[in-house]
Amino acid sequence: MKANKVLINTLAIAITFMTLVPFVWMVSASFMHQGEANQFPPRLFPETFSLEHYLRLFISMNIVRYFLNSVLLSASITGLSLLVNSMAGFAFAKFHFPGKESLFKLLLAAMIIPAQVTMLPLFLMMNQLGLINSYFGVIIPGMASIFGIFLIRQYISSLPDSLIEAARLDGATDFQIYWRIVLPLAKPILVTLGLFTFMGTWNDFMWPLIIMTRESMYTLPVAMANLSGEHSQDTELMMAGAVITVLPVIIVFLALQRFYIEGIMLGSVKE
Amino acid sequence: MKGKRLFKVWMSPALFLAPALLLIAVFFFIPVVVSFLMSFTDFDIYSLADSSNARFVGLENYKNLLSDPLFWKAMHNTLYFVFIGVPLSLFVSLGTALLLNSKLIRFMSLFRLAYFLPVVTTLVAVAVVWRYIYHPSFGLVNYLLSLIGVSGVDWLGNPNWAMPALILMAVWKNFGYNMIIFIAGLQNIPPELYESAQIDGAGRWQELLHITIPMLMPTTIFVSIITIIGYFQLFAEPYVMTQGGPMNATLSIVLLMYQEGFRWWRMGYSAALAFVLFLILFAATLIQLHLQKRFSTV
Amino acid sequence: MRNIHPWKLVCTLVLSFILMQMSTSCRKSSSTKVITLDFWAFGAEGDNVRKFVTGFEAENPGVRVLVQNIPWTAAHEKLLTAYAGNSMPDICQLGNTWIPEFVALNALEGLDRSIDSSNMISSESYFPGIWETNRIEGNLYGIPWYVDTRVLFYRSDLLRKIGWDSPPETWEQMLEISKRLIESGYTKYGVFLPLNEWVVPTVLGMQQGSAILKDDACYGAFSDESFLRGLEIYQHFFQDGLAPKGMTEVNNVYQGFQENTFALYISGPWNIGEMMSRLPAQMQDAWDTAPLPALRSEDYPGLSLAGGSSLVIFRSSQHKDLSWRWIEYLSRPDVQSEFYSQTGDLPARLESWAALGLSEKKPTAAFYHQLESVKNTPQVPEWEQIAMKLQQYLEYVVFEKWTSEKAMELLDQDVNKILEKRRWLKSRD
Repeated sequence: MKANKVLINTLAIAITFMTLVPFVWMVSASFMHQGEANQFPPRLFPETFSLEHYLRLFISMNIVRYFLNSVLLSASITGLSLLVNSMAGFAFAKFHFPGKESLFKLLLAAMIIPAQVTMLPLFLMMNQLGLINSYFGVIIPGMASIFGIFLIRQYISSLPDSLIEAARLDGATDFQIYWRIVLPLAKPILVTLGLFTFMGTWNDFMWPLIIMTRESMYTLPVAMANLSGEHSQDTELMMAGAVITVLPVIIVFLALQRFYIEGIMLGSVKE
Repeated sequence: MKGKRLFKVWMSPALFLAPALLLIAVFFFIPVVVSFLMSFTDFDIYSLADSSNARFVGLENYKNLLSDPLFWKAMHNTLYFVFIGVPLSLFVSLGTALLLNSKLIRFMSLFRLAYFLPVVTTLVAVAVVWRYIYHPSFGLVNYLLSLIGVSGVDWLGNPNWAMPALILMAVWKNFGYNMIIFIAGLQNIPPELYESAQIDGAGRWQELLHITIPMLMPTTIFVSIITIIGYFQLFAEPYVMTQGGPMNATLSIVLLMYQEGFRWWRMGYSAALAFVLFLILFAATLIQLHLQKRFSTV
Repeated sequence: MRNIHPWKLVCTLVLSFILMQMSTSCRKSSSTKVITLDFWAFGAEGDNVRKFVTGFEAENPGVRVLVQNIPWTAAHEKLLTAYAGNSMPDICQLGNTWIPEFVALNALEGLDRSIDSSNMISSESYFPGIWETNRIEGNLYGIPWYVDTRVLFYRSDLLRKIGWDSPPETWEQMLEISKRLIESGYTKYGVFLPLNEWVVPTVLGMQQGSAILKDDACYGAFSDESFLRGLEIYQHFFQDGLAPKGMTEVNNVYQGFQENTFALYISGPWNIGEMMSRLPAQMQDAWDTAPLPALRSEDYPGLSLAGGSSLVIFRSSQHKDLSWRWIEYLSRPDVQSEFYSQTGDLPARLESWAALGLSEKKPTAAFYHQLESVKNTPQVPEWEQIAMKLQQYLEYVVFEKWTSEKAMELLDQDVNKILEKRRWLKSRD
């Protein structure tokens, strides 16, 4: 039993090592001097800490701009999509109207269509609307999500109808019921969905890559891909860029991991 | 009278539904329909300049697709990625889930966190990191291999090794997600089953084979379909790490679609590709529904 | 975070919108005071050209040049995406094989009138073969920025060892040198011809008189006699083991060149700088460059491809006069010379070649001679796609999966498919 315990914990530590080593190397290489990461055998830790690459990113490579673009897009999509999806989720959960079931089924069925199918026409459409190279070109298509509606509907359905009936008897309007009663009660699922949306948007690559052709509109992942094409030999610089890109999501995740993991456990969570 | 009542029944939910449904209709359903129609035309960059330069070509795009060696190359690569990557990923997920579910493990939540971390990180950023980890002369992978006396390979530069390298990275990046679902599945298995098995004198392997794995079957099917659908959409890894090379060894369906659509602007052709992808995913989903029904009735 | 109230959510939303508005309006308010020229450049050029912006801005108060740098691997798709999205820059660097494509899209501003009134730029200051690549159906669309062509890089020390004091002048000699080098054990292979390049077979075809495309560039001419004759020479190098077939056998070109894996290599000017920095000091006298071999020695130097990048102005630009001034600035002989010393890109202006002595000095002189005998690839918008296809089929030829006749026939079928749209558009004119 003791031997097993040692064995199992050692194995767990070994796997931890494997999952974390790329991160450790990423962080430590970002502090190395130019060229230090390109040697054999590879160094796991820098000889002396150097902030030169971070400074270069901040001063001459416009990374603050990309960072702000990412923050802005992720925050506004998260906020707006929570609003839009929770409204629809509430309607599907607590209202009775003809055609509700078939409408909901239609939406669920549409979830199998991969987003890539829509990209070309969506691009042309955004062009017609003059939204290429604008924040709205990313925000608007990201605002409503079938998955989000589904998740919220499931949660709100489980709230007791009596609460709503009681409020209605007190003369509350439907909007007041949604805003004052349902939303506060649905907080856990809103946090979970918000977290998914935020991270999903932050990490999203293909759509921003397509629609943001102007450098000043790049998000961090697009900027990273661009940088890695230009400065691929500057390993240390790239690693500093990777750290800046990855750090915010890791922090957000660590702060709210309970909600994230619970979200997955809720089942059928599709990224 | 009836009209007025219907209006009352509809009014409120319609207001709540309007923003979401409008957005989904305009920015999802319409593009899907347009894309479908486009796949029967030769809409291309010339047609952008002047839409009268587009023609209806019927099934021509689909025919060309099926006779294009590049399409089959991309299909082959994608299937390679899916059929090696998914089982490997599930195996690692299940293994780590069993490990973390063990009563002997200490600091379980800490390990779970560490295993899960790659899942939440930005794919583009880690792809860049891994490009250096795979570097033929300075990369960690070849260094570790050299420690055990194996001479390294040019992972991303060699057509035979580029895809395995991408698979390895994808497994590293994704296994934590399914692990969480497996852990949930494991915790749902009633402990009485194990207790009675122990009374019958079953060993660990027998427990695993006769209780754990059968009980996890629905979870496994669900997880594998989700993973297959995700893996079919391989794009950012080859885009950032290899650009589809060397010698198209990592060209995936979505990357080809992107290149045809947004590099050459052959939009009709690219739309046809998108629908082929859709058909594949549709088939995968049907299989899932079928399997799930079978296992839930058992 | 546990107490998220709806109103907090709304606050965040409002705040983020205000922020967004601020960040976009910031840009607008600053752009009303100064005129901003959007300039796109690729790779190392994009990095280095930033240093010239200050000089231009000092001469033109109230003008800002915004350089956007795009990696070469993404350049083509970014440009087309920008075209499709109506968000082209004012000026751009354009590989001169791409010019026909953007002309076909009616995206480029004609430059003939600007040339006529310019005292800075005229065609006499440029290599005629390069200048021609910017001329489509009689109209000029680009001004050469830097030039590029392929020449032969060779190990002069090894060639001397087998009795060749001068580089090969014919392909026949090139084959012979390769054989001798291998037989006498000096090298493992003779030539390195990277399989992911379509240039050498194209050059060979052109030297044999192939037009590459025929009938007003509406059909492929790859399975025609002349191209096949060129391809035969190309194949020889592989069949006789004179060139490595596997991509991985030469993992690092410079290492291979240095360690006698091969002694001959056809490549472009960017490798001058690479060879100088990557080969050890004692090796620097051991390599040289020469123009490409020809079919017969009286034709030496043989034809090569006209390459390089030009500067173009997009029709959508609101500041065409200013854009032209920026092109003129970058075309000044002293700026060109300075740009050469920064990037190693060969200057387009002949004055700069003379001023820097490049036409006489060792590694660049071969380029000078070569640039006097260059030809452009077919000027069709589809060329980039056709070249990619050619590359694909070459692989099949080299690995002897198909005979060259069969592969080129299949290639022509594909190429004719690509050109079908061109034929249709032509028939409607």
